[in-house]
Amino acid sequence: MALEQVLKPTDYTTDVHNDWCPGCGDFGILRTIQMALAELRMEPHRVTIVSGIGCSAKTIHYIKTYGVHTLHGRALPYATGVKLANPQLKVLCLSGDGDGLGIGGGHFVNAGRRNLDMLYIIHDNGVYGLTKGQAAPTLKLGVQTKSLAHPNINDAVNPIWLALAAGATWVGRGYSYDIKHLVSLLKQGIEHKGYAFLDVLQPCPTYNDINTKEWYGGEDRKEANGGKTLPRVYRLEDEGYDPVVHDPSELEKKTTQALEKALEWGDRIPIGVFFRNEHVPTFEERIAQRVPTYMDRPPALQPIAGPHGEPITDLTRLVQRLTFKGA
Amino acid sequence: MPRSPPQKQVNDFSWMVGGPQGSGVDSAANVFARGCAAGGLHVFGKREFYSNIMGEHSYFALRAHSNPVRSHIDAVNLLATFEAETLFRHAREVTDDGAIVYDPSLAKTRLSDIPTIEKRLAAELKTYLISHGVGETLDDMLAASKQRGVTLVPIPFRDLLEQVADEFQIDQLSKISRVVNMLALGASFGLLDYDFGMMRTALEDVFRAKAKVVDMNAAGARKAYDIARSLVPDFRYRLEKIPRQDPRMFLTGSQATALGKLYAGMRFQTYYPITPASDESEFLEENEILDVDGHGVLDTAAGAGQEKGGSILVVQTEDEIAAVTMATGAALTGTRSATATSGPGFSLMMEGIGWASINEVPLVITLYQRAGPSTGMPTRHEQGDLRFALHAGHGESPRIVLASGDFEECIRDGFLSFNYAERYQMPVIHLVDKALANSYATIAPPDLSELRIDRGVVADGNNGYSQDNPYKRFDLGNGPISPRAILGQESTIFWNTGDEHDERGHITEDPVLRNAMMEKRFNKLDLAAREIPEDVKLRYFGPKDATTVIVSWGSTKGALLDALDRLWAEGAKIGYLHVRLINPFPVEEVRAALAKARRRIDVEMNFGAQLAGVVREHTGIAMTHLILKYNGRPMSNTELYDAIRAVVRGKADKRTVLTRGA
Repeated sequence: MALEQVLKPTDYTTDVHNDWCPGCGDFGILRTIQMALAELRMEPHRVTIVSGIGCSAKTIHYIKTYGVHTLHGRALPYATGVKLANPQLKVLCLSGDGDGLGIGGGHFVNAGRRNLDMLYIIHDNGVYGLTKGQAAPTLKLGVQTKSLAHPNINDAVNPIWLALAAGATWVGRGYSYDIKHLVSLLKQGIEHKGYAFLDVLQPCPTYNDINTKEWYGGEDRKEANGGKTLPRVYRLEDEGYDPVVHDPSELEKKTTQALEKALEWGDRIPIGVFFRNEHVPTFEERIAQRVPTYMDRPPALQPIAGPHGEPITDLTRLVQRLTFKGA
Repeated sequence: MPRSPPQKQVNDFSWMVGGPQGSGVDSAANVFARGCAAGGLHVFGKREFYSNIMGEHSYFALRAHSNPVRSHIDAVNLLATFEAETLFRHAREVTDDGAIVYDPSLAKTRLSDIPTIEKRLAAELKTYLISHGVGETLDDMLAASKQRGVTLVPIPFRDLLEQVADEFQIDQLSKISRVVNMLALGASFGLLDYDFGMMRTALEDVFRAKAKVVDMNAAGARKAYDIARSLVPDFRYRLEKIPRQDPRMFLTGSQATALGKLYAGMRFQTYYPITPASDESEFLEENEILDVDGHGVLDTAAGAGQEKGGSILVVQTEDEIAAVTMATGAALTGTRSATATSGPGFSLMMEGIGWASINEVPLVITLYQRAGPSTGMPTRHEQGDLRFALHAGHGESPRIVLASGDFEECIRDGFLSFNYAERYQMPVIHLVDKALANSYATIAPPDLSELRIDRGVVADGNNGYSQDNPYKRFDLGNGPISPRAILGQESTIFWNTGDEHDERGHITEDPVLRNAMMEKRFNKLDLAAREIPEDVKLRYFGPKDATTVIVSWGSTKGALLDALDRLWAEGAKIGYLHVRLINPFPVEEVRAALAKARRRIDVEMNFGAQLAGVVREHTGIAMTHLILKYNGRPMSNTELYDAIRAVVRGKADKRTVLTRGA
C-alpha cells in the first residue's frame, strides 16, 4: 500500500465478530483508533497494537494491524519490548483500568521513567467488566456499582496524577462518546515524541450503573427552568488551557497546573491535553547516545547470519580479552 | 603415623584464600588464577560467598594443574589469609603436608571474638579445640594444625604494609588495606617457588590502567614472597611454568553462556537484578557494541564500517514479569531475544512462558539455578529447578529444556537455544547454575566452526500472501510448524492472544480447533525429539559394557569426570551418562544406556533426585542408588570419588547425602 493512497477507517477493520455488550464505550475507542490511523495515513502493517486482558484487550482483534493480545497487566512491557527491538514500528498499547492500574500498576510507573516513543491508552470504566463487575482502581470510595455487595471500600487512584508522577511527557484524557475530540487526542498522542498516556472515560453499560453515558452527559443536571442539560464533561481547550511546557523552566508551573486540573471531578470533568513536555529525551535517544547505530540498525534489523547460516557476529575482540597466549 | 616422603609435588596444587567480603579476596583469587594461567597452568576456581555486601566471610578454592581441571577438591594444600575468621573456618581442611599463611599479630584472637561465625560452627570448633587439648585462641587453632604436620608461615602483614606505604608515600594505611590480599598471595607464590614475573603479569592484567596500583601490589607481594621463601625453602608443593603456544581462555560460566548467545546473534536481553544471574547481563551490557563480519563500531575512528556494526540492547526491567514479557515482545519483531534469571525471578515468569508457548514465540530463558525454595540461599548452589523448568506454568505448554554441564556446553547451549527456539517456535529454558556461573577455569577455545544459525521456517513477506490468500500465523495446513512472520512486515499481518486461537491468531473456544492447536504445539516437541542430534541430547563416558552406570546432568559433570578418571585408572568399570536435553527427554537413548546396568547411580545436587524421577517416568527404569547433595556447596570430585567407590563396593545405602564444603 503506497503512502499516497488514501486510507479509510474501513481499511483497519477485520471480519472478527465483535462480542462487546451493546452500548459499550469500547466501540467509540475502537472506531476512533481506526479513524486516527487512517487520518495519519499509517499503513496497517507498520502499526502494532498491544493489549492486556479484559474487554479492552479484545480491541486488537477488531483492528487490521499487527495485534498482540497479551497477559493481564502486562501490555506495557510487551509493547516496550516490541518498540525497543524495532523503534521503526509505530506502537500503540491498550489496557483497561484494572489491567493497567491494578495488576499492571508497576509497569505504568516504570513506563514513565523510560519515555519510550509510544501511546498508552487506558479504557477507564471503573469496573472489571469481563469478570462481571468487580470494583476497579478508578472507582471512587463508597460508590456501589450494581454488582458490588457493598460500597467500594478502596479509594480511587487518579490516573492523570499517576502518569505525571511517573514521568509521562504527554498526558491526556478523552471521552469515548466525544468521537471527534477523541480522534484528535489519539492523533496527538500518536504523534507525540515520547511516552504519551491517554485516559479514556468509557461507560460500561452493563456493570457501571453510576458513571453512565447519561451521567457523563449530565442528563440529571438541567439549567434552571428545566432548560438544557449541563454535561459533566468539558474540553480543556475550550477554556484556554495551555498544557505545553514551552521552556524547561516552566516545568514546575505546568505540572502543578495539570495536577490541579486533574483534581476536578463530579460536576465538572475536564477532557483534553493536560500536559505536554518535549524537553525530555526519549528512551530511544538515550540508547542512541551509547549505541550510535541504534535507530538505523536496531536489534530487529541486524543481520546475524550469512547465506548459509554461518554466524557473522565476530567475537574476536571479546575472546581476546578472555584469552591467555602461550607463556 | 609415618610421614609422607618429602618428594615434591609439582603442578598439582590446591589453594584457598579467604577474608571478609569487600576486602579484596576476589582480586587476590583472580590474580592467582591469572598468574597460574600466564605460566601455562590450568586453573579451576570455585567462589563461595554470603548474601552480604561487606563483612561476611568469603573464600575462593582454586586448583592449579598441568592438565585441565574441571572441579574442586576438598583438600587445601595452602591456606592464605590476613585475618582470623578464615583460619578458624578452614584450618582443618589443610592437608597434613600443607601450609598456612597467616598474620602472627592475630594470635590472641579468640573464637568468641568473631561474631560472623555461626553458633553451630562455633560450637563444633570449640569441641574440636577441646579434643586437641588446647584453648580457643587462633594460636591454639594453629597449634592443632601444627600437631599434624601443617607448616605455619607467619607473615608480618602490618609491617609490610607500612613499608609499602613509606615507599609509595601513602599517608594512611587504610588507603592501601586491600594490598594485604596480595601479600598473602605473594607469600603463597614464594612458598611454591613460582616465577614472580607471572604474578606481575597477572597484576597488570587485572589492574590494567592503574600503574601505581600494580606497582604497590607487586612491591608488597615481592616482600612477602621473599619472606615466605626464606622461612620455608622446601615446601612440598611447587608450581612451575609450562612453555606452550596454544591460546587458552580464562572465563566464568556466566561469560561462557553470554558468548554462546552473542555468537547465535542474540540482540536483545532483559533482566532484573538477581544473584547469580545478573553477571551475565552485566557482561553483555559492558560489551554491547559488537563487531559483525569484520565491521565494528568502536574500532573505526572515522566511521568507516559503522553502518555495518552491530549491537545488543540489554534492558534492566522493573521486575521479572516485565523481563520475560519484554523479551517476548522483542522476539515478535524477529530479534533473537532472551532473559536471564534465577529461581525467584523465574517463579514470576510462569505466565509469560505460557504465553510465549501458546503463541509459538521463540524465546530463550537462561535460568541460573541457586538454592531454594523462596529466597533460600541466594549465593549458594543447587540443581533444584529441573522439574520446575519442565512444568513451569499452568496448563500444558511445550518447551525445550537444555542443561549445560561445563563451560563449553554453556557456550554451545547458549547458541543452540536460539536455533531450537526458532526452529520449533517455542520457549527454550537453558539451565545453568551458581556453580557454573561463579566458577572460573582455563579452557582451550572450543572449535565452533560447525555451528550454523537456523532460523526455522519463516514467512518473509514474499510468500505471495494476499487478500484472498491471507497469511495465517498458526496455519494448520502443513505439519506442526507454520511459517513464522515478524511484526512490521508487509502482507503478513497476524494476531496473537493468550487465549486459545484460530489459524490467524484470533480467540476461539471451538473444541475442534482447540484439539488441532494443542496437537500442533505438542507435535513440534516430537519433531524436536527426532531432529536434535544425539550428541546434543546426551553423552556417555566410560566403558560400554559397564555394569555400573551413573546418570547425572548439569554442573556435576566436572566433578564426576575428575572422580571417574581416578576410578577408571584403578580399573573400575563405571559408565557415566550425562543428560543435556531434558525436554523432550531422550527416552530411547537413556533406556539403552541403562538397560544392562546392574547398578544405576543417580548423581545430582538436590534433595528429591529429580532427574532419577524423570528417568523413571519416561523409561520405567529405577535407580538403584542416589548420591545427592543439597547443602548449597557444589560436589567436590574427592567426595564423589569416595561415594561412588562405596556404592561399587556394596558399602553404600540406597541414598548417600554428600555434606562437604564450608
